[in-house]
Amino acid sequence: MAKLPMTSAILTNRFERRTFVLGLGQAGVGVLLAARLGYLAVAENDKYRAASESNRVNLTLIPPRRGWVIDRTGAPLASNRADFRVDLIPDRVTDPAAALGTLSQLLGLTPDKVRDIRDKLEKARGLQPVEVASNLDWDKFAAVSVRLPELPGVIPQRGFSRLYPGGAAVGHLVGYVGPASAEDYESERNPLLITPGFKIGKDGLEKHFEVRLRGVPGARRVEATASGRVVRDLGTREDVPGKPVQLTIHAGLQDYAARRLGLESGSVVVMDCQTGDLLAMVSMPSFDPNSFSDGIGRIEWKMLSEDDHVPLRNKVLRGLYPPGSTVKPMVALSFLEAGLDPEATVGCGGGLRVGNRVFHCWNRRGHGTVNMAKGIYQSCDVYFYHFAQKIGMDAIAAMARRLGLGQSFPMPYPGQSFGTVPDPAWKQRKYQKEWAIYDTVNATIGQGYMLVNPLQQAVMAARIASGLELNPRLIMTRDAPRSSPLGLKQEHLDYIHAAMNEVVNGRGTAGKARLPIPDVQMAGKTGTAQVVGLNIGNGKGGLWKHRDHGHFICFAPFDKPRFACAVVIEHGGGSGAAYPVARDVMTYLFDQTKALDVLAGYESQWGGNVEQRMTAKYNAYAAKFGASAPQAPDEAQAAQVVAEDNRPVSEPAAAQTAAAPPAPEPEPVAASAPAPADAPVVAPGSNGPGSAAQPAPAPQGQ
Amino acid sequence: MPRAYVPSALARQPWQVIVPLAMLVGFGGAVLYSAAGGHFQPWAVTHVARFGVFLAMAMVIARIPQDWFKRAALPIYVGLCLLLVLVELIGGIGGGSQRWLNLGFMTLQPSELMKPGIVLVLAWFYSVLPVGETQGWRAIAPALVLLGIPGLLVALQPDLGTALAISFGALVMMFLAGLPLRLFIGGGLAVAIIAPLAFFFALRDYQRKRVFVFLDPENDPLGSGYHITQSKIAIGSGGLFGKGFGQGSQSHLDYLPEAHTDFVFATMAEEWGMLGGLFVLAVFALVLRWGLKVAMNAPDRFSRLLAAGMVTTIFFYVCINLMMVMGLAPVVGIPLPFMSHGGSSMMTNMICIGTIMAVGRWSRPGRAGLL
Repeated sequence: MAKLPMTSAILTNRFERRTFVLGLGQAGVGVLLAARLGYLAVAENDKYRAASESNRVNLTLIPPRRGWVIDRTGAPLASNRADFRVDLIPDRVTDPAAALGTLSQLLGLTPDKVRDIRDKLEKARGLQPVEVASNLDWDKFAAVSVRLPELPGVIPQRGFSRLYPGGAAVGHLVGYVGPASAEDYESERNPLLITPGFKIGKDGLEKHFEVRLRGVPGARRVEATASGRVVRDLGTREDVPGKPVQLTIHAGLQDYAARRLGLESGSVVVMDCQTGDLLAMVSMPSFDPNSFSDGIGRIEWKMLSEDDHVPLRNKVLRGLYPPGSTVKPMVALSFLEAGLDPEATVGCGGGLRVGNRVFHCWNRRGHGTVNMAKGIYQSCDVYFYHFAQKIGMDAIAAMARRLGLGQSFPMPYPGQSFGTVPDPAWKQRKYQKEWAIYDTVNATIGQGYMLVNPLQQAVMAARIASGLELNPRLIMTRDAPRSSPLGLKQEHLDYIHAAMNEVVNGRGTAGKARLPIPDVQMAGKTGTAQVVGLNIGNGKGGLWKHRDHGHFICFAPFDKPRFACAVVIEHGGGSGAAYPVARDVMTYLFDQTKALDVLAGYESQWGGNVEQRMTAKYNAYAAKFGASAPQAPDEAQAAQVVAEDNRPVSEPAAAQTAAAPPAPEPEPVAASAPAPADAPVVAPGSNGPGSAAQPAPAPQGQ
Repeated sequence: MPRAYVPSALARQPWQVIVPLAMLVGFGGAVLYSAAGGHFQPWAVTHVARFGVFLAMAMVIARIPQDWFKRAALPIYVGLCLLLVLVELIGGIGGGSQRWLNLGFMTLQPSELMKPGIVLVLAWFYSVLPVGETQGWRAIAPALVLLGIPGLLVALQPDLGTALAISFGALVMMFLAGLPLRLFIGGGLAVAIIAPLAFFFALRDYQRKRVFVFLDPENDPLGSGYHITQSKIAIGSGGLFGKGFGQGSQSHLDYLPEAHTDFVFATMAEEWGMLGGLFVLAVFALVLRWGLKVAMNAPDRFSRLLAAGMVTTIFFYVCINLMMVMGLAPVVGIPLPFMSHGGSSMMTNMICIGTIMAVGRWSRPGRAGLL
């Protein structure tokens, strides 16, 4: 072809052939397109129809109403309230600064709130909602709603939020709720977790019973555009509220105890002596779970984390203290078990030489002749120093464990600290050291290595009172197991009960703890635990941090025990800080009006009740720091800080024990138990309960 | 119908193409009416009105004598190239890519007009080229220059879709002009080698991304794969008979992007189903078959090439757009002729139709003057 001369005819012919090919090609493309159309529209129709439906229909989850937490009478400890709220979806917000500006103007947000929200917005990922405000009134809610078109990503809705009527009183007991974190969502992959307004349990019972409390979300089906504008409603399915959790707690008592602790840092545990039911479990100061559930603000966080009374620590389960003399009834029981005659006496001259070292009684002037009962009601240390050496530590430690010390109870809270009941085997294991005689001496007065938490002290009181192997019960169940007897002889118990009754109602150390109730006598035991060595402070005054812990365990009525109670006041300066609280809390159980009258008097001195004081403090902080307070941590960080805070004192440091390891020879007495300059002049109880009004118990424990 | 009753000027119009086109435009108007949520404004009315105006324009073009076409070919081409340079300059000064000139009363997109422009100038070139030269470099080099200048200018804008459309039109012109087949085979091989290299070194990032997304749209469901995915959902959910007029949720709830322009076929297929799609394909088949027939019957080389080139231009629009909406091609901004709402594309396509009609007139014996 190339050799032939090219002519028009050849070109025309070539054009026609090639046009024909082109036409065929176009027809081929047409057939291909038709086939593709058929494949998409007919063969894959089901798949794409479903995809189109899922585009068209927008399923909005309605957060379920959370199950209530109720007390033994059915009163709510945690309930729900209907409220109006506004959330932000970070991914859908086009201009966060402008949106926040408009919202803060509409809702009247303070600068520190705005900064809190901005911090959270920066951290939030994707569709995780960020709460702007909750519990709004209708006017503000409506103001935001009408301006929605210019506020993309802002979601106003009405729903339910958590309400804790008891406020700070139930903070540690119930815990609090909060929006799910990214980690929560990653582990559960439930779209409910990123539904605005939905909150999960973050701490305490709210976290432990999450599954039971949560409920089943409702759903609203709407037809919505790609940008989220609702075109019409297709139907709504109601939510199924979560199931309630009933506690053995008595809400009124819980609240009373929290208020009665006043300005102190301490805990109160009240147990039923027949069932082990926990009627109150209070750790104060505390946080307000209502405001925690709305998100922890920077000012609140600063206020709580700077407080040396550690409001974030649940001291009932996580506070460990040397129990001081509150162990003496227990030690005495072990003596009786070991066959010691309670009338066996020892002469107390204010101290006892053990080896080459003198261990002092708290009463430097001595108690004279002391038998077991006097040893308990006068809290004579020498009596216990003397007989503990005879009986031996193993018998004492065994009794301590029988009565619940060192025991971990299955409570629905993470990370309990359950302390130490030391014995020779333990010391060998732990320190590879021989048990020394002074270790026994220390342990019998609740110092040295011995550490307990307030719940264990309450259990010990209840077990002594009832002779039953009671276990603390927090969750109300219909078929509570009957507690089996501990196997202690009733005559031994009766003897101890009588001696403990003498502490309050006789010649004992806590005469002011007598109940103002006719026919109800309370038995108890005081305890004062040293925090620092006497070379640093005398435990009564000076730095708050250096003052002695005050303890009191008790039960009432003494002859037919019904309720047992343990009170710990951190750095209260001695048991004198603890037993008035125990007295009033026990009074509440028998006569609420009398107890509340007493409380009203105190609260007028303290500057209002718990809520009023916290509000005042918050306002002072807000005025002082405003938005300049450092950023509040997110949930994970907060949890970590709290965990740090709650880490139990791992080992008793030498400085915290009264008579623990003797100092070097030359000045053993001075180092271990120097005479306090202002030694008590009047032995409390010696002149009857009245003189115990100004007890200035000596450091060795009262 | 008997000729006697109808004026001859009217009777001689190519009704076999005008009627199907009018039906397609009317159908397009109905789809746009639905896409606007059941309103004639803002798209349906202007769409049909534009068709009326540009149909009149096409009929005027159809009456232009062949000489005028031949004489105007080069000046039009040069003018369009100058406009492309002007657009580039304005874009350079304005600091960004610009594809149109604002003439005050309308915006003019020179690259759009270049599609029929390149066909016209190449038809002229091959008609004046001596027959003996068609197998040598003299047939190739000038054509490549004629293609290269606007091709590069458009690619610089950057408007890859239009650059491809212009190149495709020019290549088909060269193919039909009778250039040796081995050139096209060799060229095809070269492209097969160069394309991967160009992909990695010459394309811009966003263009490369489009190709990736085209290969796997589900991988980027909310980014640029969103277009393809939503378009396939619209077409696929329509089924055989569609969801019904005004019932397309994909377009009405704004899931389908560009529902009235580039993705109008998906809007249509959702409501009218596969049957509506086949109707659209059938109309295009009729129009293209008519165009090729006119080209086959054309009296001389210039008119043959001109008609076939115009058919190719329309075909390229249809082919790329439909392949794109059905997920067979990457997303390039090419509208569907006679269905998508848009003045520029309607004008270009009606220029093509008018030119083919003109060729049809030249083929008939006894034609006379402008009227």
